[in-house]
Parts: sequence; C-alpha cells; structure tokens
Amino acid sequence: MLKISTAPHMQTQHDTPKIMLDVVFAMLPAIIVALIFFGLPALMVILTSVAACCGFEYFANRFWFKKGNTTTDFSAIVTGMLLAFNLPSSMPLWMVVVGAFVAIVIGKLCYGGLGKNIFNPALVGRVFLFISFPVQMTNWPKPEFLNFLNTDAQTGATTLGLIKHIDSQTSATMLAGELPSYWQMFIGNIGGCLGEVSALALLLGLVYMLYRKVITWHIPFYYIGSFFSFSLIMWLITGNIQYEPLTNILSGGLMLGAIFMATDYTTSPMTIKGRIIFAVCCGVLTGIIRFFSAYPEGVSFAILIMNAFVPLIDKFIKPDFYGQRR
Amino acid sequence: MLTMYLMQVNKMNKESYMNLTRGIIKENPTFVMLLGMCPTLGVTTSASNGLGMGLATLFVLVFSNFAISLVKNLIPTMVRIPAYIVIIASIVTVLEMLMAAYLPQIHSALGIFIPLIVVNCIILGRAEAFASKHGIRQSILDGIGMGIGFTIGLTSLGIVREILGNGSVFGYSFVTENYDPMLLFIMPPGAFLALAGLIVLFNKLRGEK
Repeated sequence: MLKISTAPHMQTQHDTPKIMLDVVFAMLPAIIVALIFFGLPALMVILTSVAACCGFEYFANRFWFKKGNTTTDFSAIVTGMLLAFNLPSSMPLWMVVVGAFVAIVIGKLCYGGLGKNIFNPALVGRVFLFISFPVQMTNWPKPEFLNFLNTDAQTGATTLGLIKHIDSQTSATMLAGELPSYWQMFIGNIGGCLGEVSALALLLGLVYMLYRKVITWHIPFYYIGSFFSFSLIMWLITGNIQYEPLTNILSGGLMLGAIFMATDYTTSPMTIKGRIIFAVCCGVLTGIIRFFSAYPEGVSFAILIMNAFVPLIDKFIKPDFYGQRR
Repeated sequence: MLTMYLMQVNKMNKESYMNLTRGIIKENPTFVMLLGMCPTLGVTTSASNGLGMGLATLFVLVFSNFAISLVKNLIPTMVRIPAYIVIIASIVTVLEMLMAAYLPQIHSALGIFIPLIVVNCIILGRAEAFASKHGIRQSILDGIGMGIGFTIGLTSLGIVREILGNGSVFGYSFVTENYDPMLLFIMPPGAFLALAGLIVLFNKLRGEK
C-alpha cells in the first residue's frame, strides 16, 4: 500500500489473453449449433482452422519475423474460429489451411502483429478464399439435425441466395414455400457458413461479451439497426420480398459480422462516436452490396471496406481531454 | 602509352559493364525502382504475357534510348519531354504494327497495354535520367540492361501468378483437372500480393533488408 508508483494507478484484470478467452467462450454457443446442424465436417473445419492459425502464428513469428512466441495471447485461436465460422462446413481442409495462412501471415503478421493490422485477419482469409475458390465457398450443405457424420450431405441455397433472384410476384409465391420460417432462421436450421446460421447462439455470445464488458453495445446495435432501416425503407418502397428486413437480418452473416467481426478492437474506431459512424456505414454498405451487386452477401466486404476507413475516423474524431476548450 | 590506352579501354569496359548490368539487379525496374507498375500489374496474368510485354518494352527501350541519345543536343531543354514522347510514340507505333503483323496472338493478348508503352514511366525515366546525358553506346547498353531487368521482373511475376492462379507455366498445365487453382492470383488484387512476395524474395536475395 505504501508503494509509490507513476501514473496509471488503477488496474483491471483485463489483458489480451483474458479478453480473447472471453471471446472464445462467447463463440461456444455458435460452435454447438454448428455441430448440431452440420456434424463432424464442421468440427473438422473448426479444428483445422484453429490449429493452422496457431501453427502459422508460431512458426512465422519464430522463423520469419523473429518476434518471439505470440500464440499465448490466444488471438490466433479467435482468428481461427472466426475464419472457420465464415466457411461452409463442406470446405476442403487444405483450403482452410490456405485461408489460415492468408489470415495470419498476410492479414496480421505482415502488418506487424496483433494491434497493428488494418484489416480483420479472419475476414482477409475469408475474402481470399471467397475470391479464389468461388465454387467451394458457395457450396452450402443442408443442415441436418443431429446427423453427426453428415453422410448424405445434400447442398442447397442460402436464404439470401434464394431471395436475391426473386423479382416478379409469381416466382415469389413459388419460392415462398422454400424459404425457411423465422424460427428456423433464428435457431439456425438453415444453409450457410457454419458459424453464421444461428442468430440465437450469436446473440447469446453478444450478451456474454456485453456482460463481461469485452465490447460495447454500439457497433452491433448500430450496424444491425442501420441495415434494418435501410432494408425496411427499400421494402416499403418496392414491396419486393428481397428487401424483407427480418429475413435479411436473420439470414446471412450479418449477426456474425456485427457481433464478432466489426467489434474487433484493432480494426474498429476507438471512440464511441467513431464506432457509431463505422457501424452505420457498415450497415449501409452491407445493404448496398446485398441489394445492388452480383453477390448475395456483403457483410465481409462491407466490414473490410470500413476497416480501411478506421484510421481516418480516428483521426477526425478525437475525444476531448479534460479541460479542453473547443 | 599502351598501358594508358589499356587502362582507358578497361575503364570504358567497366563502365559499359556497369551500365549493362545496373538494370538487371541493382536497379531492377520492377523490383527495386517499382517503375512501370501499370503493365507490371496489368498484363502479367500468365508467363507468356509477361515475357511478351517485357520483350516489347525492351525493344522500345533500346531504340528510344538510342534515338534520344542521338538527338539529345538538338532538343531545346524546355521542350525535351514532348520531344521524347514523340520519339517514343513513333517507336511504339512501329512496334505495334510489327507485332500485329508477326505476333498477332500476343498482340491481341496484350491489347491496349502495347500502345500504353508510350507512357510507361520506365522508358521516359531512362530517356530523362540516362540517354539525355550519355553517349549512344552506353545508352543502348543501359536500354538493354533495363529491358532485361524489366523482362525478368514481368516474366517471373507472370510465372508465379500463372502457377498459383491457373496451375500452369507458359500454358503447360501440370495439375489434374480436379485441382482448384487460387483464382485470386490471376485477378488484379493477386498481382499486388504476388509482386509483394517477389519483392520480399528479391530483397532477401540481394541481401538487403
């Protein structure tokens, strides 16, 4: 108690490994859902991705960048899990390893390691795979409840892929039977990347991270909110089922992106005001890409584009320090 | 007297040698000076495209260096850049017609990038930095060296991108039908990644950090 020390006096128990472990815990519900619906292939993808990320982080740092061991901060585990969450469970495992290499070595370590990367590493890996292997990345196995080996894996379209190509009213009624119900989309009984299917599991993760104060609520709220408003306006104007807001929010990677990707410490703005701008722009960009481009899904591109603007946002939105006069 | 003459020759040879090799490693236009990025990133989707573009640039570079060092004392300083561009453009026009006549395949594969050699900064750069200050012989040697360096750069970039993005080299496929190449590498973003990787490798080989 009598020790004299210099400034920051208050200490918290938060450090990088603890925060990363909390994020890992927050992702557990989504993993369980992925295992329930996609079975063993999903587990293999997750394990491969995490192992490859940790391995690349360790060996690249040791033999190439000569930085010492940084795997102990668990950030590679988070990156690996997020990368796996962004892949379909039918992904060939060697491609997962390639994605892990791009995510860790090119997306993170080439920039100088954790805290210095401009772009979210897992998304860099995902977009690399998405552009390099478009066939495998859009091959969605159908979810099968508690069929662990997933032996007769059929494939089907994602909800977003289905509604993307509905234009006239006749095909809308035809496809309406194929669209999953809101409840199915909420619990995750739909085709898609293995971590993004269940809104419920992702929301559980969000609640846990908010409770542990790992993230603030601003980015998920404003991201989803701005996207919701955008699609609501489009829906009210056109009446087209493609813009139906609730379906759009519950399907695709929006929840995963808003909760786990856009909130990454390194690649999101530091101030609350900056985060709101960042998240709103993410939401609008997602809408633009989903509705007006050739791709059915745009969350990863939207977040990566906004990642590039984060230094600019941080430059122009600085917090007032105590006693400052405007 | 004789020794002085020999020393003179030796010195000249050394200078020629320097000028010839400078462009290949020490000041490689692609990997060290990063000049002429537009064709470097634009056409190197395959090894043969890279080689074709490199040789075309080599051709223009040699002749433009030759012509500019010939007329360097006649051109007023104020209008030297337009004059250089006129010279380069006429050489490129000749080259384009030659390629259309004798190499129609490469001509159609390279497309707009052949006329764009006119504005390739490596050519104007060597004209301004070298040919306008040196004699004919040295300028030609410099053109050859820079051209070879550029050709090496473009060809190696083309090879890397073709291997990764298409599973083949110079059109000869070495993978089975079921292999899935990384399409990213034959797209524009892949050019940046491949170039960055090659620069890392090149710097490592040159022994620089």
